[in-house]
Amino acid sequence: MMIRGKVIKYGNNVDTDAIIPARYLNTTEDKELALHCFEDMDKDFKEKVKERKIIAAGSNFGCGSSREHAPISIKASGVKAVIAESFARIFFRNAINIGLPVVTSAEAADFIKDGDEVEIDLSSGKIKDITGNKIFNINPLPEFIQKIIISGGYINFTRENKGR
Amino acid sequence: MNVKNKPQTIAQKILANHCSRDYVHAGEIVNADVDIVLGNDITLPIAIEEFNKIGARNVFDREKVVVVPDHFAPNKDIKSAQQCKFMKEFAREQGIKNYFEVGKMGIEHALLPELGLVLPGNLIIGADSHTCTYGAIGAASTGVGSTDVAVAMATGKLWFMIPGTIKFIYSGNLKKWVTGKDLILYTIGLIGVDGALYKSMEFTGPAIKKLSIDSRFTMSNMAIEAGGKFGIFEVDRVTREYLKVRSDRDYKIFKSDPDAEYEKIYNIDCSEIELQVAAPHLPSNARNAKNLRNIVIDQVVIGSCTNGRIDDLKIAAEILSGREVNGNLRTIIIPATQSIYLEALKRGYIEIFIKSGCVVSTPTCGPCLGGHMGVLAEGERAVSTTNRNFVGRMGHPKSEVYLSGPAVAAASAIAGRIATPEEVMQ
Repeated sequence: MMIRGKVIKYGNNVDTDAIIPARYLNTTEDKELALHCFEDMDKDFKEKVKERKIIAAGSNFGCGSSREHAPISIKASGVKAVIAESFARIFFRNAINIGLPVVTSAEAADFIKDGDEVEIDLSSGKIKDITGNKIFNINPLPEFIQKIIISGGYINFTRENKGR
Repeated sequence: MNVKNKPQTIAQKILANHCSRDYVHAGEIVNADVDIVLGNDITLPIAIEEFNKIGARNVFDREKVVVVPDHFAPNKDIKSAQQCKFMKEFAREQGIKNYFEVGKMGIEHALLPELGLVLPGNLIIGADSHTCTYGAIGAASTGVGSTDVAVAMATGKLWFMIPGTIKFIYSGNLKKWVTGKDLILYTIGLIGVDGALYKSMEFTGPAIKKLSIDSRFTMSNMAIEAGGKFGIFEVDRVTREYLKVRSDRDYKIFKSDPDAEYEKIYNIDCSEIELQVAAPHLPSNARNAKNLRNIVIDQVVIGSCTNGRIDDLKIAAEILSGREVNGNLRTIIIPATQSIYLEALKRGYIEIFIKSGCVVSTPTCGPCLGGHMGVLAEGERAVSTTNRNFVGRMGHPKSEVYLSGPAVAAASAIAGRIATPEEVMQ
Protein backbone atom coordinates (compact mmCIF):
# COMPACT_ATOMS: atom_id res chain seq x y z
CA MET A 1 0.00 0.00 0.00
CA MET A 2 1.53 3.30 -1.17
CA ILE A 3 0.51 6.72 0.14
CA ARG A 4 1.91 9.88 -1.36
CA GLY A 5 1.31 13.50 -0.47
CA LYS A 6 2.49 16.74 1.03
CA VAL A 7 2.90 17.13 4.77
CA ILE A 8 1.22 19.23 7.43
CA LYS A 9 3.65 19.31 10.35
CA TYR A 10 2.67 19.56 14.03
CA GLY A 11 4.55 19.31 17.34
CA ASN A 12 4.44 17.08 20.43
CA ASN A 13 1.39 16.06 22.49
CA VAL A 14 -1.31 16.98 19.95
CA ASP A 15 -4.30 16.10 22.16
CA THR A 16 -7.79 14.96 21.24
CA ASP A 17 -9.33 18.25 22.39
CA ALA A 18 -7.08 19.97 19.83
CA ILE A 19 -8.04 17.45 17.12
CA ILE A 20 -11.79 17.71 17.76
CA PRO A 21 -13.07 19.96 20.58
CA ALA A 22 -15.59 18.28 22.91
CA ARG A 23 -18.31 20.77 21.96
CA TYR A 24 -18.66 18.91 18.65
CA LEU A 25 -19.03 15.45 20.17
CA ASN A 26 -22.80 15.68 20.03
CA THR A 27 -22.71 14.18 16.54
CA THR A 28 -21.45 10.98 14.96
CA GLU A 29 -21.49 12.34 11.37
CA ASP A 30 -17.98 12.11 9.96
CA LYS A 31 -18.42 15.01 7.50
CA GLU A 32 -19.64 17.30 10.25
CA LEU A 33 -16.74 16.27 12.51
CA ALA A 34 -14.33 17.01 9.66
CA LEU A 35 -15.63 20.59 9.51
CA HIS A 36 -14.22 21.20 12.99
CA CYS A 37 -11.03 19.15 12.84
CA PHE A 38 -8.10 21.07 14.45
CA GLU A 39 -10.39 24.11 14.67
CA ASP A 40 -8.88 25.56 17.85
CA MET A 41 -5.28 24.50 17.26
CA ASP A 42 -4.78 25.37 13.60
CA LYS A 43 -7.32 27.65 11.97
CA ASP A 44 -5.72 27.09 8.54
CA PHE A 45 -6.00 23.29 8.66
CA LYS A 46 -9.06 23.21 6.40
CA GLU A 47 -7.20 25.23 3.76
CA LYS A 48 -3.96 23.21 4.17
CA VAL A 49 -5.65 19.82 3.90
CA LYS A 50 -6.97 20.62 0.40
CA GLU A 51 -3.38 20.35 -0.87
CA ARG A 52 -1.65 18.28 1.79
CA LYS A 53 -2.86 14.82 2.83
CA ILE A 54 -0.26 13.58 5.33
CA ILE A 55 0.21 14.74 8.92
CA ALA A 56 3.63 14.42 10.53
CA ALA A 57 3.95 15.12 14.25
CA GLY A 58 6.11 14.65 17.33
CA SER A 59 5.60 12.42 20.34
CA ASN A 60 2.35 11.26 22.01
CA PHE A 61 0.08 12.22 19.08
CA GLY A 62 -3.61 11.88 20.02
CA CYS A 63 -3.18 11.93 23.78
CA GLY A 64 -6.20 12.46 26.01
CA SER A 65 -9.72 11.27 25.39
CA SER A 66 -10.82 7.93 23.92
CA ARG A 67 -13.07 9.76 21.45
CA GLU A 68 -12.98 7.94 18.14
CA HIS A 69 -14.30 11.21 16.71
CA ALA A 70 -10.61 12.30 16.65
CA PRO A 71 -9.26 9.87 14.03
CA ILE A 72 -12.67 9.93 12.27
CA SER A 73 -12.46 13.73 11.85
CA ILE A 74 -8.89 13.46 10.54
CA LYS A 75 -9.78 10.71 8.07
CA ALA A 76 -12.95 12.46 6.92
CA SER A 77 -10.88 15.62 6.31
CA GLY A 78 -9.07 13.70 3.58
CA VAL A 79 -5.87 12.91 5.47
CA LYS A 80 -4.35 9.66 4.12
CA ALA A 81 -1.88 8.87 6.93
CA VAL A 82 -0.33 10.21 10.14
CA ILE A 83 3.39 9.84 10.82
CA ALA A 84 4.52 10.48 14.41
CA GLU A 85 7.42 9.94 16.74
CA SER A 86 4.91 8.12 18.98
CA PHE A 87 1.15 7.79 19.38
CA ALA A 88 -1.05 7.77 22.49
CA ARG A 89 -2.33 4.22 22.86
CA ILE A 90 -6.10 4.73 22.52
CA PHE A 91 -5.69 6.99 19.49
CA PHE A 92 -3.41 4.38 17.93
CA ARG A 93 -6.01 1.62 18.43
CA ASN A 94 -8.82 3.82 17.17
CA ALA A 95 -6.94 4.84 14.03
CA ILE A 96 -6.14 1.22 13.14
CA ASN A 97 -9.68 0.12 13.93
CA ILE A 98 -11.22 2.67 11.55
CA GLY A 99 -8.58 2.21 8.84
CA LEU A 100 -6.54 5.42 9.16
CA PRO A 101 -2.90 4.43 8.58
CA VAL A 102 -0.66 5.48 11.49
CA VAL A 103 3.06 5.18 11.11
CA THR A 104 5.63 5.39 13.90
CA SER A 105 9.12 6.64 13.08
CA ALA A 106 10.98 9.01 15.37
CA GLU A 107 13.64 9.75 12.73
CA ALA A 108 11.15 10.50 9.95
CA ALA A 109 8.91 12.55 12.24
CA ASP A 110 11.91 14.65 13.23
CA PHE A 111 13.34 15.07 9.71
CA ILE A 112 10.21 15.76 7.65
CA LYS A 113 9.42 19.45 7.26
CA ASP A 114 6.13 21.25 6.80
CA GLY A 115 5.17 21.09 3.12
CA ASP A 116 7.59 18.26 2.16
CA GLU A 117 6.43 15.70 -0.39
CA VAL A 118 6.45 12.27 1.23
CA GLU A 119 5.84 8.71 0.06
CA ILE A 120 4.88 5.96 2.52
CA ASP A 121 5.20 2.31 1.48
CA LEU A 122 3.33 0.34 4.10
CA SER A 123 4.17 -3.03 2.51
CA SER A 124 7.92 -2.61 2.52
CA GLY A 125 7.91 -0.45 5.66
CA LYS A 126 9.59 2.66 4.25
CA ILE A 127 8.98 6.39 4.30
CA LYS A 128 10.63 8.49 1.61
CA ASP A 129 10.92 12.24 2.05
CA ILE A 130 11.08 13.17 -1.64
CA THR A 131 11.76 16.86 -0.96
CA GLY A 132 14.50 16.13 1.57
CA ASN A 133 15.73 13.07 -0.39
CA LYS A 134 15.94 10.68 2.51
CA ILE A 135 14.52 7.21 3.27
CA PHE A 136 13.42 5.98 6.71
CA ASN A 137 12.37 2.59 8.05
CA ILE A 138 8.99 2.30 9.72
CA ASN A 139 8.72 0.36 12.98
CA PRO A 140 6.92 -2.76 11.74
CA LEU A 141 3.40 -3.38 13.03
CA PRO A 142 2.57 -6.69 14.73
CA GLU A 143 1.13 -9.28 12.34
CA PHE A 144 -2.28 -9.25 14.01
CA ILE A 145 -2.59 -5.49 13.53
CA GLN A 146 -1.51 -5.83 9.89
CA LYS A 147 -4.37 -8.27 9.38
CA ILE A 148 -6.84 -5.70 10.74
CA ILE A 149 -5.43 -3.11 8.34
CA ILE A 150 -5.61 -5.51 5.38
CA SER A 151 -9.27 -6.22 6.26
CA GLY A 152 -9.94 -2.47 6.16
CA GLY A 153 -10.57 -2.04 9.88
CA TYR A 154 -11.64 -3.95 12.97
CA ILE A 155 -15.32 -4.24 12.01
CA ASN A 156 -14.54 -5.93 8.68
CA PHE A 157 -11.94 -8.10 10.38
CA THR A 158 -14.48 -9.23 12.98
CA ARG A 159 -17.10 -9.94 10.32
CA GLU A 160 -14.62 -12.02 8.35
CA ASN A 161 -13.38 -13.95 11.39
CA LYS A 162 -16.65 -14.51 13.17
CA GLY A 163 -16.69 -17.53 15.43
CA ARG A 164 -12.94 -17.95 15.31
CA MET B 1 11.87 -22.69 33.50
CA ASN B 2 8.32 -23.89 33.16
CA VAL B 3 6.17 -20.96 31.99
CA LYS B 4 3.85 -21.63 34.89
CA ASN B 5 6.61 -20.57 37.26
CA LYS B 6 7.76 -17.55 35.31
CA PRO B 7 7.31 -14.39 37.40
CA GLN B 8 4.62 -11.98 36.25
CA THR B 9 3.12 -8.61 37.18
CA ILE B 10 -0.55 -8.16 38.10
CA ALA B 11 -1.23 -6.88 34.58
CA GLN B 12 0.29 -9.98 32.95
CA LYS B 13 -1.55 -12.32 35.32
CA ILE B 14 -4.99 -10.80 34.77
CA LEU B 15 -4.57 -10.77 30.99
CA ALA B 16 -3.21 -14.35 30.99
CA ASN B 17 -6.16 -15.43 33.11
CA HIS B 18 -8.58 -13.94 30.57
CA CYS B 19 -7.12 -15.78 27.58
CA SER B 20 -6.71 -19.15 29.32
CA ARG B 21 -2.95 -18.95 29.51
CA ASP B 22 -0.52 -19.45 32.36
CA TYR B 23 1.95 -16.90 31.13
CA VAL B 24 1.96 -13.95 28.76
CA HIS B 25 4.94 -11.74 27.99
CA ALA B 26 5.07 -7.99 27.49
CA GLY B 27 4.64 -7.02 23.85
CA GLU B 28 2.61 -10.03 22.70
CA ILE B 29 -0.93 -9.60 21.42
CA VAL B 30 -3.74 -11.72 22.82
CA ASN B 31 -7.46 -11.98 22.21
CA ALA B 32 -8.96 -11.93 25.70
CA ASP B 33 -12.41 -12.28 27.29
CA VAL B 34 -13.66 -9.08 28.89
CA ASP B 35 -15.76 -8.93 32.07
CA ILE B 36 -17.35 -5.52 31.55
CA VAL B 37 -17.86 -3.35 28.46
CA LEU B 38 -18.74 0.28 29.22
CA GLY B 39 -20.02 3.09 27.02
CA ASN B 40 -21.35 6.61 27.53
CA ASP B 41 -23.43 9.15 25.62
CA ILE B 42 -20.41 10.42 23.63
CA THR B 43 -18.83 7.14 22.63
CA LEU B 44 -21.63 4.58 22.60
CA PRO B 45 -23.65 6.09 19.70
CA ILE B 46 -20.70 5.41 17.35
CA ALA B 47 -20.22 1.97 18.93
CA ILE B 48 -23.87 1.10 18.27
CA GLU B 49 -23.55 2.09 14.59
CA GLU B 50 -20.44 -0.09 14.30
CA PHE B 51 -22.09 -2.94 16.24
CA ASN B 52 -24.88 -2.95 13.67
CA LYS B 53 -22.33 -3.11 10.82
CA ILE B 54 -20.84 -6.30 12.29
CA GLY B 55 -24.24 -7.90 11.81
CA ALA B 56 -24.45 -9.09 15.39
CA ARG B 57 -28.01 -9.31 16.62
CA ASN B 58 -27.44 -9.42 20.37
CA VAL B 59 -24.82 -8.21 22.79
CA PHE B 60 -22.66 -11.07 24.09
CA ASP B 61 -24.02 -10.74 27.64
CA ARG B 62 -26.82 -8.42 28.77
CA GLU B 63 -25.36 -8.19 32.27
CA LYS B 64 -21.86 -7.29 31.20
CA VAL B 65 -22.58 -4.25 29.04
CA VAL B 66 -22.89 -1.04 31.05
CA VAL B 67 -24.46 2.10 29.59
CA VAL B 68 -24.18 5.46 31.36
CA PRO B 69 -25.38 8.79 30.00
CA ASP B 70 -23.11 11.18 31.93
CA HIS B 71 -21.07 13.44 29.66
CA PHE B 72 -23.70 15.75 28.16
CA ALA B 73 -26.47 14.45 30.44
CA PRO B 74 -28.81 15.76 31.72
CA ASN B 75 -29.12 16.60 28.03
CA LYS B 76 -27.47 19.92 27.24
CA ASP B 77 -28.90 20.46 23.77
CA ILE B 78 -31.05 18.76 21.13
CA LYS B 79 -28.17 16.86 19.50
CA SER B 80 -27.04 15.49 22.87
CA ALA B 81 -30.63 14.53 23.63
CA GLN B 82 -30.77 12.59 20.36
CA GLN B 83 -27.58 10.72 21.26
CA CYS B 84 -28.90 9.84 24.72
CA LYS B 85 -32.19 8.69 23.24
CA PHE B 86 -30.42 6.53 20.63
CA MET B 87 -28.39 4.92 23.40
CA LYS B 88 -31.38 4.36 25.66
CA GLU B 89 -33.34 2.69 22.85
CA PHE B 90 -30.40 0.39 22.12
CA ALA B 91 -30.14 -0.53 25.82
CA ARG B 92 -33.86 -1.27 25.92
CA GLU B 93 -33.89 -3.34 22.70
CA GLN B 94 -30.91 -5.35 23.89
CA GLY B 95 -32.32 -5.84 27.38
CA ILE B 96 -29.19 -4.35 28.89
CA LYS B 97 -29.55 -4.59 32.64
CA ASN B 98 -27.05 -1.93 33.59
CA TYR B 99 -28.48 1.16 31.89
CA PHE B 100 -28.63 4.11 34.27
CA GLU B 101 -31.11 6.86 33.53
CA VAL B 102 -30.63 10.41 34.84
CA GLY B 103 -31.67 10.24 38.48
CA LYS B 104 -29.99 6.86 38.90
CA MET B 105 -26.86 7.64 36.98
CA GLY B 106 -23.61 9.09 38.20
CA ILE B 107 -20.28 9.77 36.59
CA GLU B 108 -19.46 6.33 35.21
CA HIS B 109 -16.12 5.79 36.93
CA ALA B 110 -17.54 6.62 40.34
CA LEU B 111 -20.77 4.72 39.68
CA LEU B 112 -19.47 1.31 38.56
CA PRO B 113 -17.28 0.59 41.61
CA GLU B 114 -19.92 2.01 43.95
CA LEU B 115 -22.48 -0.49 42.60
CA GLY B 116 -20.04 -3.40 42.78
CA LEU B 117 -20.15 -3.86 38.99
CA VAL B 118 -16.36 -4.03 38.76
CA LEU B 119 -14.24 -6.33 40.89
CA PRO B 120 -10.58 -7.18 41.52
CA GLY B 121 -9.04 -9.40 38.86
CA ASN B 122 -11.59 -8.30 36.24
CA LEU B 123 -10.61 -7.31 32.72
CA ILE B 124 -12.64 -4.20 31.92
CA ILE B 125 -12.83 -2.00 28.85
CA GLY B 126 -14.73 1.22 28.38
CA ALA B 127 -15.04 3.73 25.59
CA ASP B 128 -13.77 6.42 27.89
CA SER B 129 -10.13 7.11 28.54
CA HIS B 130 -10.59 7.23 32.32
CA THR B 131 -11.77 3.62 32.45
CA CYS B 132 -8.34 2.98 34.01
CA THR B 133 -9.93 4.18 37.30
CA TYR B 134 -10.87 0.63 38.37
CA GLY B 135 -7.21 -0.29 38.74
CA ALA B 136 -7.71 1.17 42.22
CA ILE B 137 -9.47 -2.05 43.24
CA GLY B 138 -7.02 -4.38 41.52
CA ALA B 139 -8.70 -4.71 38.11
CA ALA B 140 -7.01 -4.55 34.71
CA SER B 141 -9.11 -1.79 33.26
CA THR B 142 -8.50 0.49 30.32
CA GLY B 143 -10.01 2.98 27.92
CA VAL B 144 -10.59 2.03 24.30
CA GLY B 145 -12.49 3.49 21.36
CA SER B 146 -16.02 3.02 20.07
CA THR B 147 -15.12 0.39 17.47
CA ASP B 148 -13.40 -1.64 20.18
CA VAL B 149 -16.56 -1.45 22.27
CA ALA B 150 -18.66 -2.49 19.27
CA VAL B 151 -16.54 -5.61 18.74
CA ALA B 152 -16.46 -6.43 22.45
CA MET B 153 -20.25 -5.99 22.75
CA ALA B 154 -20.70 -8.41 19.86
CA THR B 155 -18.08 -11.02 20.78
CA GLY B 156 -17.14 -10.53 24.44
CA LYS B 157 -13.52 -10.42 23.34
CA LEU B 158 -10.94 -7.82 22.40
CA TRP B 159 -7.31 -7.72 21.31
CA PHE B 160 -4.80 -6.53 23.86
CA MET B 161 -1.10 -5.96 23.72
CA ILE B 162 0.44 -7.14 26.99
CA PRO B 163 1.94 -4.03 28.54
CA GLY B 164 5.28 -3.74 30.27
CA THR B 165 5.01 -2.47 33.84
CA ILE B 166 6.49 0.52 35.63
CA LYS B 167 6.50 0.30 39.42
CA PHE B 168 6.05 3.30 41.67
CA ILE B 169 6.99 2.84 45.30
CA TYR B 170 5.60 5.53 47.60
CA SER B 171 7.00 5.92 51.11
CA GLY B 172 6.86 8.51 53.89
CA ASN B 173 3.97 10.31 55.53
CA LEU B 174 1.68 12.59 53.54
CA LYS B 175 1.66 16.25 54.53
CA LYS B 176 -1.54 17.85 55.85
CA TRP B 177 -4.21 18.18 53.08
CA VAL B 178 -2.17 16.15 50.59
CA THR B 179 -4.21 13.43 48.81
CA GLY B 180 -3.92 10.99 45.93
CA LYS B 181 -4.39 13.89 43.51
CA ASP B 182 -1.18 15.52 44.69
CA LEU B 183 0.69 12.20 44.46
CA ILE B 184 -0.47 11.54 40.92
CA LEU B 185 0.12 15.12 39.68
CA TYR B 186 3.59 14.96 41.22
CA THR B 187 4.19 11.59 39.55
CA ILE B 188 3.02 12.78 36.12
CA GLY B 189 5.21 15.86 36.58
CA LEU B 190 8.12 13.51 37.23
CA ILE B 191 7.65 11.18 34.26
CA GLY B 192 5.79 13.38 31.74
CA VAL B 193 2.54 12.96 29.80
CA ASP B 194 4.02 10.04 27.85
CA GLY B 195 6.19 8.72 30.66
CA ALA B 196 4.09 5.55 30.91
CA LEU B 197 2.97 5.30 27.27
CA TYR B 198 1.33 1.87 26.69
CA LYS B 199 2.53 0.75 30.16
CA SER B 200 0.86 -0.61 33.23
CA MET B 201 1.57 1.66 36.20
CA GLU B 202 1.73 -0.26 39.45
CA PHE B 203 1.27 1.84 42.58
CA THR B 204 2.86 0.29 45.67
CA GLY B 205 4.78 1.08 48.85
CA PRO B 206 4.16 1.75 52.54
CA ALA B 207 2.43 5.10 51.88
CA ILE B 208 -0.07 3.38 49.57
CA LYS B 209 -1.14 0.94 52.29
CA LYS B 210 -2.43 3.91 54.28
CA LEU B 211 -4.07 5.64 51.32
CA SER B 212 -7.89 5.81 51.23
CA ILE B 213 -9.80 4.07 48.46
CA ASP B 214 -10.99 7.44 47.13
CA SER B 215 -7.40 8.67 46.80
CA ARG B 216 -6.56 5.43 45.02
CA PHE B 217 -9.39 5.97 42.53
CA THR B 218 -7.97 9.43 41.84
CA MET B 219 -4.51 8.04 41.16
CA SER B 220 -5.63 5.18 38.91
CA ASN B 221 -7.96 7.59 37.10
CA MET B 222 -5.05 9.75 35.97
CA ALA B 223 -2.75 6.93 34.81
CA ILE B 224 -3.92 7.79 31.28
CA GLU B 225 -2.57 11.33 31.78
CA ALA B 226 0.91 9.75 31.77
CA GLY B 227 -0.06 7.66 28.73
CA GLY B 228 -0.66 4.54 30.87
CA LYS B 229 -2.84 1.60 29.94
CA PHE B 230 -3.52 0.47 33.51
CA GLY B 231 -2.98 2.12 36.91
CA ILE B 232 -3.11 -0.81 39.31
CA PHE B 233 -3.12 -1.19 43.09
CA GLU B 234 -2.81 -4.52 44.86
CA VAL B 235 -5.91 -5.61 46.77
CA ASP B 236 -5.52 -5.10 50.52
CA ARG B 237 -7.59 -4.50 53.64
CA VAL B 238 -8.74 -1.08 52.37
CA THR B 239 -10.00 -2.63 49.12
CA ARG B 240 -11.77 -5.51 50.85
CA GLU B 241 -13.41 -3.10 53.27
CA TYR B 242 -14.68 -1.02 50.35
CA LEU B 243 -16.02 -4.02 48.42
CA LYS B 244 -17.61 -5.79 51.37
CA VAL B 245 -20.80 -3.73 51.28
CA ARG B 246 -20.92 -3.44 47.50
CA SER B 247 -20.80 -6.94 46.11
CA ASP B 248 -21.27 -10.50 47.30
CA ARG B 249 -19.78 -11.94 44.11
CA ASP B 250 -16.52 -13.85 44.38
CA TYR B 251 -13.39 -12.34 42.96
CA LYS B 252 -9.87 -13.46 42.30
CA ILE B 253 -6.93 -11.54 43.71
CA PHE B 254 -3.78 -11.29 41.61
CA LYS B 255 -0.46 -10.12 43.01
CA SER B 256 2.76 -9.31 41.23
CA ASP B 257 5.49 -11.83 41.88
CA PRO B 258 8.39 -10.38 43.88
CA ASP B 259 10.78 -11.13 41.01
CA ALA B 260 8.43 -9.92 38.26
CA GLU B 261 10.05 -7.89 35.53
CA TYR B 262 9.65 -4.10 35.71
CA GLU B 263 10.76 -1.75 32.98
CA LYS B 264 11.44 0.94 35.54
CA ILE B 265 11.07 1.48 39.25
CA TYR B 266 10.52 4.90 40.80
CA ASN B 267 10.94 5.56 44.53
CA ILE B 268 8.90 8.52 45.67
CA ASP B 269 9.15 10.07 49.13
CA CYS B 270 5.68 11.42 49.93
CA SER B 271 6.91 13.51 52.85
CA GLU B 272 8.51 15.79 50.24
CA ILE B 273 5.30 16.29 48.27
CA GLU B 274 3.53 19.63 48.75
CA LEU B 275 0.02 20.42 47.53
CA GLN B 276 0.25 20.30 43.74
CA VAL B 277 -1.23 22.29 40.87
CA ALA B 278 -0.75 21.40 37.20
CA ALA B 279 -0.50 24.64 35.23
CA PRO B 280 -1.81 24.98 31.66
CA HIS B 281 -1.72 23.22 29.26
CA LEU B 282 -0.45 19.78 30.28
CA PRO B 283 -1.18 17.64 33.36
CA SER B 284 2.60 17.20 33.67
CA ASN B 285 3.14 20.92 34.45
CA ALA B 286 2.99 20.13 38.16
CA ARG B 287 4.07 22.90 40.53
CA ASN B 288 3.86 23.50 44.26
CA ALA B 289 0.55 25.32 44.79
CA LYS B 290 2.21 27.88 47.07
CA ASN B 291 4.37 29.04 44.16
CA LEU B 292 1.32 30.01 42.07
CA ARG B 293 -0.33 32.32 44.58
CA ASN B 294 -0.57 35.28 42.19
CA ILE B 295 -2.84 33.47 39.73
CA VAL B 296 -6.28 35.12 39.88
CA ILE B 297 -9.18 32.86 38.87
CA ASP B 298 -12.75 33.10 37.60
CA GLN B 299 -14.08 29.64 38.39
CA VAL B 300 -13.55 26.66 40.65
CA VAL B 301 -14.85 23.18 39.84
CA ILE B 302 -14.87 20.42 42.46
CA GLY B 303 -16.07 17.12 41.04
CA SER B 304 -15.50 14.71 38.10
CA CYS B 305 -14.47 11.06 37.85
CA THR B 306 -11.16 12.17 39.32
CA ASN B 307 -12.29 14.02 42.47
CA GLY B 308 -16.06 13.93 42.94
CA ARG B 309 -16.15 11.35 45.73
CA ILE B 310 -17.10 11.72 49.37
CA ASP B 311 -13.50 12.16 50.64
CA ASP B 312 -13.09 15.03 48.18
CA LEU B 313 -16.34 16.72 49.27
CA LYS B 314 -15.35 16.24 52.92
CA ILE B 315 -12.11 18.17 52.39
CA ALA B 316 -13.94 20.92 50.49
CA ALA B 317 -16.57 21.16 53.27
CA GLU B 318 -13.93 21.39 55.99
CA ILE B 319 -12.30 24.32 54.26
CA LEU B 320 -15.47 26.10 53.10
CA SER B 321 -17.35 25.69 56.39
CA GLY B 322 -18.22 29.12 57.82
CA ARG B 323 -16.38 30.88 55.00
CA GLU B 324 -17.49 32.60 51.82
CA VAL B 325 -16.54 32.04 48.24
CA ASN B 326 -14.79 35.07 46.75
CA GLY B 327 -17.29 37.43 45.10
CA ASN B 328 -15.34 37.52 41.84
CA LEU B 329 -15.74 33.87 40.95
CA ARG B 330 -18.13 30.94 40.50
CA THR B 331 -17.67 27.74 42.45
CA ILE B 332 -19.34 24.65 41.04
CA ILE B 333 -19.46 21.48 43.11
CA ILE B 334 -20.58 18.23 41.48
CA PRO B 335 -20.94 15.07 43.57
CA ALA B 336 -20.03 12.22 41.23
CA THR B 337 -23.04 9.99 41.94
CA GLN B 338 -26.50 10.25 43.46
CA SER B 339 -25.44 8.29 46.52
CA ILE B 340 -22.38 10.49 47.09
CA TYR B 341 -24.73 13.49 46.73
CA LEU B 342 -27.10 12.00 49.30
CA GLU B 343 -24.27 11.16 51.69
CA ALA B 344 -22.93 14.73 51.39
CA LEU B 345 -26.44 15.98 52.12
CA LYS B 346 -26.74 13.80 55.25
CA ARG B 347 -23.36 14.93 56.50
CA GLY B 348 -24.31 18.59 56.08
CA TYR B 349 -21.77 19.33 53.33
CA ILE B 350 -24.37 20.53 50.84
CA GLU B 351 -25.63 23.13 53.29
CA ILE B 352 -22.05 24.29 53.89
CA PHE B 353 -21.48 24.60 50.14
CA ILE B 354 -24.65 26.56 49.48
CA LYS B 355 -24.14 28.88 52.46
CA SER B 356 -20.60 29.62 51.33
CA GLY B 357 -21.88 30.61 47.86
CA CYS B 358 -21.20 27.49 45.79
CA VAL B 359 -23.61 25.93 43.32
CA VAL B 360 -24.18 22.20 43.70
CA SER B 361 -25.12 20.22 40.61
CA THR B 362 -26.56 16.83 39.86
CA PRO B 363 -23.88 14.35 38.67
CA THR B 364 -22.45 15.10 35.22
CA CYS B 365 -19.06 15.20 33.50
CA GLY B 366 -20.23 18.57 32.08
CA PRO B 367 -17.57 21.18 32.82
CA CYS B 368 -14.54 18.86 32.80
CA LEU B 369 -14.62 18.63 29.02
CA GLY B 370 -16.17 22.04 28.37
CA GLY B 371 -19.53 20.45 27.69
CA HIS B 372 -21.93 22.32 29.94
CA MET B 373 -22.48 23.39 33.57
CA GLY B 374 -19.44 25.67 33.75
CA VAL B 375 -17.91 26.49 30.36
CA LEU B 376 -15.15 29.12 30.43
CA ALA B 377 -15.18 32.36 28.42
CA GLU B 378 -12.21 33.85 26.54
CA GLY B 379 -9.43 34.76 28.94
CA GLU B 380 -11.02 33.07 31.96
CA ARG B 381 -9.08 30.85 34.33
CA ALA B 382 -10.29 27.96 36.46
CA VAL B 383 -8.90 25.87 39.26
CA SER B 384 -10.42 22.44 38.81
CA THR B 385 -10.18 19.04 40.45
CA THR B 386 -10.63 17.41 37.03
CA ASN B 387 -7.99 15.60 34.99
CA ARG B 388 -7.04 17.58 31.88
CA ASN B 389 -5.90 21.14 31.24
CA PHE B 390 -5.35 20.98 27.48
CA VAL B 391 -5.98 24.10 25.37
CA GLY B 392 -9.73 24.75 25.29
CA ARG B 393 -10.52 21.75 27.49
CA MET B 394 -13.06 23.65 29.61
CA GLY B 395 -14.33 26.08 27.01
CA HIS B 396 -12.81 28.91 24.97
CA PRO B 397 -9.44 28.08 23.37
CA LYS B 398 -8.05 31.14 25.17
CA SER B 399 -9.19 30.00 28.62
CA GLU B 400 -6.97 28.21 31.14
CA VAL B 401 -7.36 25.30 33.55
CA TYR B 402 -5.19 24.71 36.62
CA LEU B 403 -5.60 21.17 37.97
CA SER B 404 -5.55 20.56 41.71
CA GLY B 405 -6.94 18.43 44.49
CA PRO B 406 -10.00 19.45 46.52
CA ALA B 407 -8.03 21.31 49.23
CA VAL B 408 -6.38 23.78 46.87
CA ALA B 409 -9.62 24.13 44.89
CA ALA B 410 -11.69 25.00 47.99
CA ALA B 411 -9.02 27.36 49.36
CA SER B 412 -8.72 29.06 45.96
CA ALA B 413 -12.50 29.52 45.84
CA ILE B 414 -12.28 31.54 49.06
CA ALA B 415 -9.15 33.51 48.10
CA GLY B 416 -10.17 34.25 44.50
CA ARG B 417 -6.70 33.17 43.42
CA ILE B 418 -4.68 29.98 43.74
CA ALA B 419 -4.30 29.37 47.47
CA THR B 420 -3.53 26.68 50.04
CA PRO B 421 -5.86 25.92 53.00
CA GLU B 422 -3.47 27.47 55.56
CA GLU B 423 -3.87 30.86 53.87
CA VAL B 424 -7.64 30.98 54.21
CA MET B 425 -8.22 29.06 57.46
CA GLN B 426 -6.60 31.41 59.98
